[in-house]
Amino acid sequence: MSIGHETTVWPSLDETLRVLTFQGGFNTSVVLVGVTLLGVAAGLVGTFAVLRRRALMSDTLSHATLPGITLAFIAAVMLGASGRSLPVLLAGAALSGILGVLTVQFISRHTRLPEDAAMGAVLSVFFGLGFVLLSYIQTMATGEQGGIGKFIYGQTATMGVTDATVIGIVALGTTLASLLLFKEFRLVCFDPDYATVLGWRISLIDLAMMALVVAVTVVGLRAVGLILVIALVVIPPAAARFWTERLWVMAVVAAFLGGLSGYLGAAASALFPRFPAGGIIVLVAGFFFLLSLLFAPARGVLAAGFRQLRLRRDIASQHLLRGLFEAGEAGGGEAVPAAALRSRVHGPAARLALTRLTWQGLIARRPDGLRLTPKGREEALRITRNHRLWEQFLMAYADLAPSHVDHSADLVEHVLSSDMVQELERQLRARGRLPRHAGPPPSPHPLASGA
Amino acid sequence: MSFLAGHSAESSSPLSSRPEHRPGSPLAVHGVTVAYNKKPVLWDVEWDAPEGRLIAIVGPNGAGKSTLVKACLGLVPVVSGQVAFFGSSLRRSRRLVGYVPQRGSVDWDFPVSALEVVTMGRYGMLGWCRPVTRRHREAALACLDQVGMADYAGRQISQLSGGQQQRVFLARALAQEAQLYFMDEPFAGVDAATERAIVDVLKRLKENGRTVIVVHHDLQTVRDYFDEVLLLNMRVVAAGPVDKVFTVENLRKTYGARLALLEQASSALADLARVS
Repeated sequence: MSIGHETTVWPSLDETLRVLTFQGGFNTSVVLVGVTLLGVAAGLVGTFAVLRRRALMSDTLSHATLPGITLAFIAAVMLGASGRSLPVLLAGAALSGILGVLTVQFISRHTRLPEDAAMGAVLSVFFGLGFVLLSYIQTMATGEQGGIGKFIYGQTATMGVTDATVIGIVALGTTLASLLLFKEFRLVCFDPDYATVLGWRISLIDLAMMALVVAVTVVGLRAVGLILVIALVVIPPAAARFWTERLWVMAVVAAFLGGLSGYLGAAASALFPRFPAGGIIVLVAGFFFLLSLLFAPARGVLAAGFRQLRLRRDIASQHLLRGLFEAGEAGGGEAVPAAALRSRVHGPAARLALTRLTWQGLIARRPDGLRLTPKGREEALRITRNHRLWEQFLMAYADLAPSHVDHSADLVEHVLSSDMVQELERQLRARGRLPRHAGPPPSPHPLASGA
Repeated sequence: MSFLAGHSAESSSPLSSRPEHRPGSPLAVHGVTVAYNKKPVLWDVEWDAPEGRLIAIVGPNGAGKSTLVKACLGLVPVVSGQVAFFGSSLRRSRRLVGYVPQRGSVDWDFPVSALEVVTMGRYGMLGWCRPVTRRHREAALACLDQVGMADYAGRQISQLSGGQQQRVFLARALAQEAQLYFMDEPFAGVDAATERAIVDVLKRLKENGRTVIVVHHDLQTVRDYFDEVLLLNMRVVAAGPVDKVFTVENLRKTYGARLALLEQASSALADLARVS
């Protein structure tokens, strides 16, 4: 790699648009279509591979293709054929990749070595062998060595119509196979033992899945390179998982993100021909992964953080309302100084809760402190009732002492469903521990004065 | 094999009665030995499960209860011995055998809904590449309804409580419309509503002549829920009707010196003495 000998020239906006709209020349357009299709197929197939926990196995597979490629090259040259024949090289890649996977399976079946150790060992040994053979090729008296190195880091620029057609056919085939085997893949990914009990041969289903991964990996070698091709199989499905709880949606999103990464990556690689294509494509995919991880509404980090904050705010609201209600019970209906509630509510979630309750008209701020509005009193009554029901329940069934019951109740009461409240009422009434009137039962422990 | 033909899944209700005479016991275990890494877990197990009964497999932790079930189903390799289902091989009887695995055996964060999980129970009736049809989805929904989970059909499974997840697994097994059911610790850690739902399903299965084999850990409820019991501790200690076999002496033989469990056993026996 000779990056840095010349300064990188930034492409103009005009040129960028031309490449993206398939007007950057015939060859560039072919590459764009080919790599996009590759991304779609890899994302789709990868969805199942990731859910079956085969991500690292796929990595082993792609690294294990190197000795096959180099041996195929050496054999072709020795037999007097061209070392650049794509079908020969890809056949060699597929064979040694499969051999690598079988070796891992043999090791983990017949020894007590954990599977990840077996994969690490096989991956590095196969890759090492490939590297040794690669340097042997450099010493061979043939002028064709240059093409081989592209398989490691990937180069889209040399892709021709043949490559794109092969990728297109494989993409179509794997998509069709994934659709036909969707039911089988879902079953074996979720519960392989159950699949066996139903009479399915899971080894056959796994074989089909691995064959699809092999197909995608091998045709992707030239474009993305064998070190990084696995990223197209793993990253788009991993990103897609953040967006949905449905398998088919995940598959569609993964195919879309894979295709988009391939398309943008190939375009960028055409605009910056000095950078390795594989790296660029994977960086684009990685960017989408980062976006999904942060911003996806279903399972993204920010959404989860937001939900957490909302839960804390709701808990603080309930504490605040109950605090005011109990203060009213203890000493008439006057306003309570905010400071008196400090032991019960503090921190940012509490401030948020106070602002919100005031805004909703449940709490009124008076010069002399906080006061429940009629609407707020109603809500506070409901919350206090639930809390005391739960306290009663804990004392009746969990044998907690009255002095400890408040804290325990605090931990659980916020997740009580209305079904559960009714069930609690039923049980406590049956035991005669619940007064008939609609108000809350009296507190089993002394209330702190003022709050 | 008339019962195989008769069971080609045309009936829409999984629990509809099928008054056919079946030859052979639903499950015959003959001399089964299982070992994990040379350490034997089950030793020469010999057992005939009676037909149309609710059967508990009881024994201490590590007694090989789950292993026996898994060995019967071909999920763990058997060192020696044979298992026959309805007088035939497992391979020929797959469609007659339903299974409720332990809840912890799968990843509940998997992107799939409750109904989709239950529909998997129908996959045994479908061939390679055949899509799930509406008929199968409706049958699956009916099974969810039987365990009181119809309202949760569209829920992603990680959003269900432990008991609800257990009921989804139960519904999935019902969707298989099997003759013989294996359930691995279905009562473990479930809420009262789920326990009631499971007991209801067990009763209905029995009314319809099905055989149910349940790995069970709670000695207190053996008498209430089951007709038959298999006491297991690496080998069969005793097997037969609960009245005859579930005795102090047999329990002592099964649990040996395991004090905590023996305590549980003796309180169960105190209950037993009170009843009789």
